Amino acid sequence: MKDMKKIRIKNISLTMTVVLFAVMFIFGSARYDHFLSLSTFLNLFNDNAYLMIAGIGITFVLITGGIDISISSTIAFTGVFMAYCLERGVPSFVVIPTALIIGIIVGAVQGSLIHYFKLQPFIVTLAGQFLMRGLCVVISEASIPITDPFFKFMALGRIPIKLGESKALNGKIYYYVLIFVVVLVAALFILKKTAFGRAVYAIGGSEQSAELMGLNVARCKIGAYIISSFCASLAGVVFSFYTLAGYGLQNMGMELDAISSAVIGGTLLTGGVGSVFGTAVGAMIQGIIQTIVTYENLNTWWTKVTIAGLLCFFIVMQRIIAVRAEALKGKTAAAA
Amino acid sequence: MGKNKLLTMRGISKSFGKAVIALNDVQFDLEEGEIHALLGENGAGKSTLIKVLTGVEERDEGEIELCGRSIHPRSTNEAQQVGISTVYQEVNLCPNLTVAENIYIGRAPRTRLGGIDWNAMTRDAKELLEKFDLRLDVTQSLDNYSVAVQQMVAIARASDIKAKVLILDEPTSSLSNVEVEKLFSIMRKLRDQGMGIIFVTHFLDQVYEVTDRITVLRNGRYVGTYKTADLPRVELVSKMIGKDYAVLNQALLEGKEEKKAAKRGDVFINMKNVSHTGSISNMNLKISKGEVLGLSGLLGSGRSETARVLFGIDQVTGGELEINGEKVHLQHPLDAIRRDLAFCPENRKTEGIIADLSIRDNIALALQAKKGLFKKISKKEAQRIADEYIEKLEIKTPSADQLIKNLSGGNQQKVILARWLATDPKLLMLDEPTRGIDIGTKAEIQKIVIDLASQGMAVLFISSELDEELRCCKRIVVLKDMERAGEVEGDEISEGAVMQIMAGGEEQ
Repeated sequence: MKDMKKIRIKNISLTMTVVLFAVMFIFGSARYDHFLSLSTFLNLFNDNAYLMIAGIGITFVLITGGIDISISSTIAFTGVFMAYCLERGVPSFVVIPTALIIGIIVGAVQGSLIHYFKLQPFIVTLAGQFLMRGLCVVISEASIPITDPFFKFMALGRIPIKLGESKALNGKIYYYVLIFVVVLVAALFILKKTAFGRAVYAIGGSEQSAELMGLNVARCKIGAYIISSFCASLAGVVFSFYTLAGYGLQNMGMELDAISSAVIGGTLLTGGVGSVFGTAVGAMIQGIIQTIVTYENLNTWWTKVTIAGLLCFFIVMQRIIAVRAEALKGKTAAAA
Repeated sequence: MGKNKLLTMRGISKSFGKAVIALNDVQFDLEEGEIHALLGENGAGKSTLIKVLTGVEERDEGEIELCGRSIHPRSTNEAQQVGISTVYQEVNLCPNLTVAENIYIGRAPRTRLGGIDWNAMTRDAKELLEKFDLRLDVTQSLDNYSVAVQQMVAIARASDIKAKVLILDEPTSSLSNVEVEKLFSIMRKLRDQGMGIIFVTHFLDQVYEVTDRITVLRNGRYVGTYKTADLPRVELVSKMIGKDYAVLNQALLEGKEEKKAAKRGDVFINMKNVSHTGSISNMNLKISKGEVLGLSGLLGSGRSETARVLFGIDQVTGGELEINGEKVHLQHPLDAIRRDLAFCPENRKTEGIIADLSIRDNIALALQAKKGLFKKISKKEAQRIADEYIEKLEIKTPSADQLIKNLSGGNQQKVILARWLATDPKLLMLDEPTRGIDIGTKAEIQKIVIDLASQGMAVLFISSELDEELRCCKRIVVLKDMERAGEVEGDEISEGAVMQIMAGGEEQ
């Protein structure tokens, strides 16, 4: 009985997130015609794949107890950089890997600064944010359209999914959603099954302990920032597939969407606790709020208002859970 | 014994800056299959020597040889790889990970696909802990368990690593007697398997119970290495503190006399059926001016919780609290400070010192809070107060400008004591004031406490070391399960009487 209770407390954030998503979906289905369909569900992936990828990346950093606010600029930079190169005739099979490598370098530099100079992650990645955003506009102030055939292929190529004859059971996913699926599976594996992934959690729990237990803290911490920036670049690539353009002022403030996805998905900003699956569901909740707001014909900024409320709710809930767990622990310790 | 030398350290020196010489030409050697105690007062250099050995600090000079090979570890990881593993005084594990992971992280069993094999890890962890007579759900996160259990897990982790040398740095300070026994039997087992164990502790009983040899350090210098069986206890103590044991004993005896002479004044604190939801219930407690009241009980019996309520950290949710005859409701520690209460919490590192401030600033802190932020204490005034207490309490430091983190544990504790004494309190609450402190400083602090009471201060003294309470207190209230279980006073005070109440909860 007591064990049951403990298990529930551990997973309650994630369970709450999943339940919330289901409730919202049911709410939408009951309120609007045509809402209840496979395509509504799949479009959440189609429209938010880039946010989910970026969110998964940043979750690594958040679990270590750090933060990375440079990702939205990295996404925009990737888009502008690729569009600019493609416009000048560089083939896509060169451009995409180069963009991803730039992402890795940005992450490595930020991570190294944070670890070796013991700097605040917030300030370092703020500098990264300014740098990448600045470079975007240095490359081009205007939006550059992408006409490369491979990008067009990825932008338009889709897999029809048919679960039945009725229209509600038909939908489609774009090829680039598969990139998200690969990233999610890889991230789940890394966090659960590799020494690196577990060290990420250990650092979030107590960096000093991790160090004293003989873990390679430097490698893991920098690795987490590399993953975050790499995922941001990848999200930038996916975003280019989605919009077929590169624009320097795109995605302003999106790092906060990614962070709120993670928090709604049960990641603690204090580090040590979090799951990439939760982050994905968190991003889908934001997507479904957007969808409902559209159906309701409201100003899209209502999305933000709703998410603000949700965020408050979630962080307060997490706090209450933590406090209750503490009390429970006190009781078991006294009983022992 | 004629055993093989396992570890040899020669001519080790280490200084921090110019002012602090932590180690000066220290030597140490360890044989295969022995338990070797490393002893010394605070500031003797034990911790630094351990840090040098484990790669946390880099030595300035000297040689370390392990199995005849010269080693130079630059990190804990490197030290572990050559076979030196350590358990620290504070539990250094990750509270958010499961018990099993805390044991195996960094060297987890793998499945054929290369991923971490959680099933194998859980199974191995369970087996390992059963050797320690611990039956836990190893899939629970570590923070579900008490500090004592966490410490055992840390020891299990360290002993399971293929270590040649196991360092136990004050591992027993948070363990109960039964757990200590368990630990000792494991230490003996490991020794018989040929492991060399370095055991750092302040408990002399434990030294004589379990160790084979003793190395003593004093003021960063090597004093000597002795066979435990050949070294009488009195001699050991005098080697550790460098002064005659008789002198020390005299100081304590004088204290005892003063304790007897001290007269109890008016009641200062009166708790009537005080409760705080989730911790203490129906607590009745009177503390008079000029008395040292001991609060005794097992871990989790409500000792610290009582002090927290008295200091306004936890609010009174039932019953009444009177201070100096006046009924009060403390909302906040500041309310308590303004009523001349002072509290030195148990956890010196996390709740007491501000590591990056100087001694002077650390001392001035509570006084400043009491005066209010707008009546700034001038630097000159703070300096005067700091110098006064550095002298009075014999705090060992080059100057009041020294950062408190550079002091040894015992001296840090004295600074905290000074911080509260500077506010001129009428009630001083001390929660485990001598934990992790060497006997010399311990005796000094005990004497200070008795002196303060004889000057009319009321003192609430919380300690898990019974003999310490017996020495300092005229009256001991025993708690059990968050409630008052009984009280002993005057000549009735004895270890047996207190323990009987602890065990049986009988009002005598």
